[in-house]
Amino acid sequence: MKKIINCLSILIIALFAFACNASTNEAQSSTENTESVGGQSAVQDDESQKDIVKVAASSKDHSTLVAAVKQAELVDVLSNAGPFTVFAPTNAAFEKLPKETLNALMKDDKKSELQDILQYHVSVGVFKPEMLQDGQVINQANSKNITISKKDGKLIVNGTATIIASIPASNGIIHVIDGVLQPQ
Amino acid sequence: MKVNSSKLFILTASVAALTSGLQSCNSSSAGSASTNDAASKVYVAPGKHDEFYNIVSGGFNGQMSVYGIPSGRMFRIIPVFSQHPENGYGFSEESKPMLNTSHGFVPWDDLHHIALSTTNGEHDGRWAFGNANNTPRIGRVSLSTFRTEEIIEIPNSAGNHSSPFITENTEYVVAGTRFSIPLDNSNTDVPINTYKDNFKGTISFIAVDQATGHMSIDFQLLLPGVNFDLARAGKGPSKDWFFFSCYNSEKANTLLEVNASAKDKDFIMAVNWKKAQEYARAGKGKKVPVKYAHNVLDEKTHTATSTMINEVLTLDPKDCPDMVYMMPCPKSPHGTDVDPTGEYIVGSGKLAATIPVFSFAKIQQAIASKNFDGSYDGIPVLKYDAVLHGEVQKPGLGPLHTEFDGKGNAYTSFFVSSEIVKWDIKSLKVLDRVPTYYSVGHLSIPGGPTKKPWGKYVIAYNKITKDRYLPTGPELTQSAQLYDISGEKMKLLLDFPTVGEPHYAESIPASLIMNNSKKIYKIEENQHPYAAKGDNQTKVERKGNEVHVSMTAVRSHLTPDNIEGVKLGDVVYFHVTNVEQDWDVPHGFAIKGANNSEILIMPGETQTLKWQPDRIGVFPFYCTDFCSALHQEMQGYIRISPAGSNVALTYSTGTNLPAATATSTPATTPKSSK
Repeated sequence: MKKIINCLSILIIALFAFACNASTNEAQSSTENTESVGGQSAVQDDESQKDIVKVAASSKDHSTLVAAVKQAELVDVLSNAGPFTVFAPTNAAFEKLPKETLNALMKDDKKSELQDILQYHVSVGVFKPEMLQDGQVINQANSKNITISKKDGKLIVNGTATIIASIPASNGIIHVIDGVLQPQ
Repeated sequence: MKVNSSKLFILTASVAALTSGLQSCNSSSAGSASTNDAASKVYVAPGKHDEFYNIVSGGFNGQMSVYGIPSGRMFRIIPVFSQHPENGYGFSEESKPMLNTSHGFVPWDDLHHIALSTTNGEHDGRWAFGNANNTPRIGRVSLSTFRTEEIIEIPNSAGNHSSPFITENTEYVVAGTRFSIPLDNSNTDVPINTYKDNFKGTISFIAVDQATGHMSIDFQLLLPGVNFDLARAGKGPSKDWFFFSCYNSEKANTLLEVNASAKDKDFIMAVNWKKAQEYARAGKGKKVPVKYAHNVLDEKTHTATSTMINEVLTLDPKDCPDMVYMMPCPKSPHGTDVDPTGEYIVGSGKLAATIPVFSFAKIQQAIASKNFDGSYDGIPVLKYDAVLHGEVQKPGLGPLHTEFDGKGNAYTSFFVSSEIVKWDIKSLKVLDRVPTYYSVGHLSIPGGPTKKPWGKYVIAYNKITKDRYLPTGPELTQSAQLYDISGEKMKLLLDFPTVGEPHYAESIPASLIMNNSKKIYKIEENQHPYAAKGDNQTKVERKGNEVHVSMTAVRSHLTPDNIEGVKLGDVVYFHVTNVEQDWDVPHGFAIKGANNSEILIMPGETQTLKWQPDRIGVFPFYCTDFCSALHQEMQGYIRISPAGSNVALTYSTGTNLPAATATSTPATTPKSSK
């Protein structure tokens, strides 16, 4: 009888030690799941067509925009199902801005302003180049409007930024523009 | 086996060691205390019950499903608008009429929204209503049997999306058109680009009989050709009103993605339904010819019947002043939700950067002082600023729906920014935000749309799943997420997969439902014309080329289990009665080559499977629901002979034994049919 009880005790302790380890592991992995998981941009997927963020991130001419999108915490938004039309200023377009203005926008205390500017470059809906008309007004994600004009076969946004290329993405379309749009 | 005290000491010591070990284990993982907390908050121990029933729309599976909250465990799928081979719904002769429409038999639909019945604006646990989005219908499910009891078709409608929302005492269920169309009784063969002239929207007010739940269309409002999206009834001070979100006020008939998003503002339409009801009673309406089906299940005969109705009463706002008003609402409003006090109406413009909150008191003032901003198709438009309580600024991107916790807070889902945002209804300040994985559509708080939210949790019904679960190829489960909202900050507790594509869902305390849950159908109340309430009532009857088998199922045999004398060209109806009177002992019935499905028969119920043999031979049938230790013995045969054969119609169980030989006694001959 004593032997049985001893065995039982050892068994209980052994079982318990195992359970303890298991629960610790579980806790750690679910901590990762609930607290440190990324949004949709973190989904591992090399098979699907690239979304807007991935297309932009793979373009050398858009590193400033991509950095700004990250700073404004819009990476997951633009990895969303959308569909979006993103007017994507090139690095050269950003360089037209005063350097101090751009640097200031990249600071944490200006995040809301940066979000407003970047959201002004996004429309919810796919506007292909052939759908854009002279005089067309489009409401942007920040609630302000842009106006499209057509001149010499070129599409111009707000009279200041010319669409120089259009690239389809899985969740919408990118119109590369040569100027940064200022919310009006 | 006696244990002495020293041995007991050893055992006690080891238990003590175990206990202290447990403590040290807990303290060693203190860093993840909140996660352990999350696990314990959703853990329902084996054999214990969840706190809430979660009644969830199935979207494109046309069904409702039932989950437990907080565990996220699924209990049941309730077929409503779609055939369900799993239990024979829409396949059995009794349930086929439930899916009848003016278009004939429609075996599928798209169920988007749930409305649980209320009394005085609070959940009462009687019924769950669901809408068919595609072929416009409303279904009513009993929360006692968890079965679809009734389906009513909606005439003059297409895309029944703004539906099924209910008034405070379930007086009415509403059904609004998403697609405007040429009305059924007008010239319907028109060019599509004459939309602006020829297309109309309608809202149907379906009266609900408080004793039986039976639905009847009381009246329809004839409205401008917009897209009605969602709706909510007022409550408390606003209980006589109903609010409908409208998009496509541009009246576009093509590429709505662009053309219905052009205007800065669309509308939330406010309807004084009490006044509409008065107009209807006062003869202000016009009866117009239409055609729609009304299908009702009789619980005594276990059979649904379908009736075609040929007329509906319509009310035109032109003839009915002070009944309908438009309130401007930014950018294609999707959800329109009324807070528990009935004072605040929240519009969620899915392309808007703010959330407008309207004040019912201000709406009344604006109406009284005729503070209008022109009219839309003859309907007065209230001035936006005059009816606005205020706007939530920069809440997120793509607001869709709002629910309430009863503590003055609103919770809005954001598809584009993939989050739930908590905000204060009065101050309009954003209080908290949590990400959803990924792209939330509807959200649901237990009692969230009622006057008395139960709070505690918010559930996100996400539209995108991607990598949240083990991958299953291109087609993935839909993902729901449960958050604790009992504190100031929302906390993610659980992911749980769902069936179909859930849109709206409601949760209700288990205590309001579980005690009324039916266990069996009483066999003595069974009035099915082919019921066999005991083996002595079993029979096989020929009516021309129809053969009707009244069969019983009981652990563990079917009676009759040997049938002969059926011929090629005959149509066989197996009317199977489960004569058990014992909870959770269903029997099933299936036969080889059946072109439909199996049937499941609950205790005391009769269900019929129609079977048309396609060849000569002997066909097995059997019980499909593992009912007993001898379930595998619960089987039988039917013999199909050539047309014109003279094999007599006979049936039996246990007596059709091999012919006598020299060494055995003669078998009794089987019963022959009348």
